[in-house]
Amino acid sequence: MELQAQPQRILLPAKVSFIVLTVALALLFNLLPWRNTAGVPDLTAAVLAFWCIHQPRRVGIGVAWTLGLLLDVGNGALLGQHALGYAVLAFLAFAVHRRILWFPLAQQALHLLLLLLSTQLLTLVIRIAAGAGFPGWTYFAGSFICAALWPVLSFLLLLPQRQAEMIDENRPI
Amino acid sequence: MEHQPPPFFNRGPAPLVRLTFFVSLAILLMVLDARFRYAESVRQVVALAAYPIQRVAMAPADLFHAVANYFGGTAALQEENAALKTKQLRVAPELLQLEALKEENNQLRRLLDAQERTPRKSVFAEILYAGRDPFSRKVVIDKGSQSGIQPGQPVIDDVGVIGQVTRVYLLMSEVTLLSDKDQAIPLQVLRNGLRAVAYGGAEGGMLDLRFMAANADIRNGDTLVTSGIDGTYPPGLPVATVARIERDAAYAFAKITLTPTAGTNRYRQVLVLSSEAKAPPPPAEAEEPAQKPPKTKRSRKRE
Repeated sequence: MELQAQPQRILLPAKVSFIVLTVALALLFNLLPWRNTAGVPDLTAAVLAFWCIHQPRRVGIGVAWTLGLLLDVGNGALLGQHALGYAVLAFLAFAVHRRILWFPLAQQALHLLLLLLSTQLLTLVIRIAAGAGFPGWTYFAGSFICAALWPVLSFLLLLPQRQAEMIDENRPI
Repeated sequence: MEHQPPPFFNRGPAPLVRLTFFVSLAILLMVLDARFRYAESVRQVVALAAYPIQRVAMAPADLFHAVANYFGGTAALQEENAALKTKQLRVAPELLQLEALKEENNQLRRLLDAQERTPRKSVFAEILYAGRDPFSRKVVIDKGSQSGIQPGQPVIDDVGVIGQVTRVYLLMSEVTLLSDKDQAIPLQVLRNGLRAVAYGGAEGGMLDLRFMAANADIRNGDTLVTSGIDGTYPPGLPVATVARIERDAAYAFAKITLTPTAGTNRYRQVLVLSSEAKAPPPPAEAEEPAQKPPKTKRSRKRE
């Protein structure tokens, strides 16, 4: 299959404040009282992967590790479990960040699904090694939901960068 | 002069180096946390940092509860009020007798020279949220070391034991539910006083009664209460009822599954009991012969 070169928009630079805001919102979503609902999407991982792909110089492995540590404590999980998972996720996202944006959104979502599943698998292996039981196959459902949300997420998170700074009637961008 | 790359190409250490660094840091933390429990101070600091985010995350749920309460209206409240009144009337005779029975019990215990049972203090708390960790079963309550909560205290609701405090922060505590895989509780069959230990981790939030002989006197529907021999749980609190017994002649033990009496799915209010039962210290170990000047085999051989 030959990749169609699609017209790419020139985006405005991303604002750090917007990155912080979105990550904080995703963290809030993760810390909502879910009451052991199975298959809740790990939105923090998805937003983190998004910024690692789009802004690899701002958001990297260190940020991912810190976020993971916050989630570990917030969820009462084994300390370092999310930190390790997110660090690996950030690395994988960095590894594919030059290539993935050339694909259409549906195929980008497939890439993301693989990244999230491998992160979850790593977490599962760690927890089982530390003595926990297998939580059931619905554990992996969150990754599929996150991957399905990828087009929406990409649209929303790129929205502020798509606005033209100076609106010029003669030169609409 | 050494040639330096222009600063706009400078991206710090290579990603693989960074990954290795952070992964080893995470593994170090995990080993410290899982094996040695050294990471508690790190956890305390991060917990304090995460506390505001957690409180904000609680807000939508609180709002939902408030709105649901408001629109639940007077009908539901009246119904609940009537049910509570009936319940109070039903238990009133037993309650009235309780004081007399307590006094009688204490007197009998004095006669028998047994230790008197002391009433325990309790702290009222509310469940903030259930932990999102799918590997363990925990809830977080809104009282911490500031309210005098200590690790190991039993937690009950209005119908029975729900679990035990396992980790205490300044303003919150984590309660491990009885259905957690690593949680065990000593029990007693109410009907005949048979003692046993129940473990969590059975499917669907049930408990397992392990190591009971295949011919043990346990029937379906039996009520199990805490036996109190561990010194942590006060004796006599209802814990579970027998749901299913499988007696297989091929195994030495029966497979007994219990349904917990209490559930965290209904109300958010719980009581944390203080564990200040003054159990006598265990008898000292017999004097070991090693107290004498050590004399190893090797030294004896040399003599």
